[in-house]
Amino acid sequence: MASTIRVRATANGDTTEVQALIQHPMDSGFVKDAQGQIIPPHFIQQLTFEHNGKAVFLANWGAAVSKDPYVKFSFKGAGKGDDLKISWVDNKGASDTTTAKIQ
Amino acid sequence: MSMIRTRRAAFAQSGNRFSDKIMLKSNMRNLVLAAVLLMTGVWPALAASEADYKAAFAAAEAAEKQADQLRNKWTTTEAQLVAAKKAAGGGDFDAATAAAREAEALAKASIFQATSEKERWKDMEIR
Amino acid sequence: MRVRTILTSAVAALAAAALACAAASAIAAPDRPDPVADAKAFQNFFTRKFPKVKYEDFVNGPYSMNEDLHRQWEEKEQFPPYEFALEAGKEMFATPFKNGKTYADCFPNKGNGIRQNYPYFDEKEGKVVTLELALNRCREANGEAPYSYVKDEMAALTAYMAFTSRGNKMDIKIPDDPRALEAYENGKRYFYTRRGQLNFSCATCHVQSPGERIRAEILAPALGIMNAMPIYRSEWSSMGTTSRRFMTCNSQTRAVPLEPQSDEYRDVEYFLSYVANGLPISGPGARP
Repeated sequence: MASTIRVRATANGDTTEVQALIQHPMDSGFVKDAQGQIIPPHFIQQLTFEHNGKAVFLANWGAAVSKDPYVKFSFKGAGKGDDLKISWVDNKGASDTTTAKIQ
Repeated sequence: MSMIRTRRAAFAQSGNRFSDKIMLKSNMRNLVLAAVLLMTGVWPALAASEADYKAAFAAAEAAEKQADQLRNKWTTTEAQLVAAKKAAGGGDFDAATAAAREAEALAKASIFQATSEKERWKDMEIR
Repeated sequence: MRVRTILTSAVAALAAAALACAAASAIAAPDRPDPVADAKAFQNFFTRKFPKVKYEDFVNGPYSMNEDLHRQWEEKEQFPPYEFALEAGKEMFATPFKNGKTYADCFPNKGNGIRQNYPYFDEKEGKVVTLELALNRCREANGEAPYSYVKDEMAALTAYMAFTSRGNKMDIKIPDDPRALEAYENGKRYFYTRRGQLNFSCATCHVQSPGERIRAEILAPALGIMNAMPIYRSEWSSMGTTSRRFMTCNSQTRAVPLEPQSDEYRDVEYFLSYVANGLPISGPGARP
């Protein structure tokens, strides 16, 4: 199955810019379906970006983040060719992880 | 005050009780007229019967059907029809009749819109 | 008594004047629709109203109307929100039906780079055929159930087909057939007709007010408005079809939407696509 994480990391000197698009329903638990039943909450709770074993970006999410979240950030201390590991865990215990090369 | 005095004065010219009686009668008539007018104005506030609701709803539905044939129904008309049915189901025929009448008015407005737009659309056309 | 005769003669005069006016306008109105002239007038209207907008940029809707929005959109296009739908569409397009045939068998050029030719007027059938309609007909012809016109699958498929046609110039044809002209005219009429309790026509927002705000949104110009379809709308958090957009626009003016792919919807898509001939396909699009 294809990864739920799309990532693009570009190094510009000492600064690396990271963009990621994650496929996830991010159901808040407040929305009702067509039959009037609450769609149970189903969202990413923790999102981690790691470089050299160290977390460079850590997000603790809740119901307020929308479907298919997009993240963009920059960090220092990485270079071209380095690995960037991305992983998430959701409130149902599901998870996904991927590793991308910094371009 | 002055009007009464003038009328009184006018009638007083003849100077008999008969003219006073006429004035009293016209005053009475005015009072009755006022009362009737008030009652018709206040009519909706008096309890609507199920028959009133059914008649109003039938009229509204007929108008909406016409709007449908013109492919121009409004969502608000539909909402009022639903509200009318719901109120009637709960026994509140006052609210049901009011909603049905509102629905009929909306449906008629949508029919007017569709009919007039048959020509008026050209006003907006880029030429 | 004299007042009454004056009144009746006045009414008679008015009626006569009205009749004369009607007769005059009937003579003035063209008998035969002229789509070529319409398209020229349509495009001129927008290029003159927005002289600073580059011709091709009109297909980017609200982004062509606001610099800040344009910048944000360009940034987002590096990593567009419709990526998932696009990939799903690509996969769906390649997956054979139960009978072994594929979508490619239904379309010219195997379905690649043909989005700019839709809708077209089917002379055999005598009606306008849109891409969505063609896709479902392909499914049904191959023993598959049709997709809903307003849900994700149709959106994903049309997204993929738009993507393979990106950059191609809109190329809608109106054959010399009175039924085709009738469909075109019908679409034009639908576009300009006011509807719903709010009494808006498509033109109210997209001809009279492009670049203006409707609540928090910036309105797109009608020129090239079909070129970015289907669109991923942030409001929907998903990819949406042309059918979905027409229906929601209707309900937003408090008009009860018609059935997806109704005559009116197909005809208005035909009209809007035709008057945008020459503008590039930019779909699938992303919108607020």
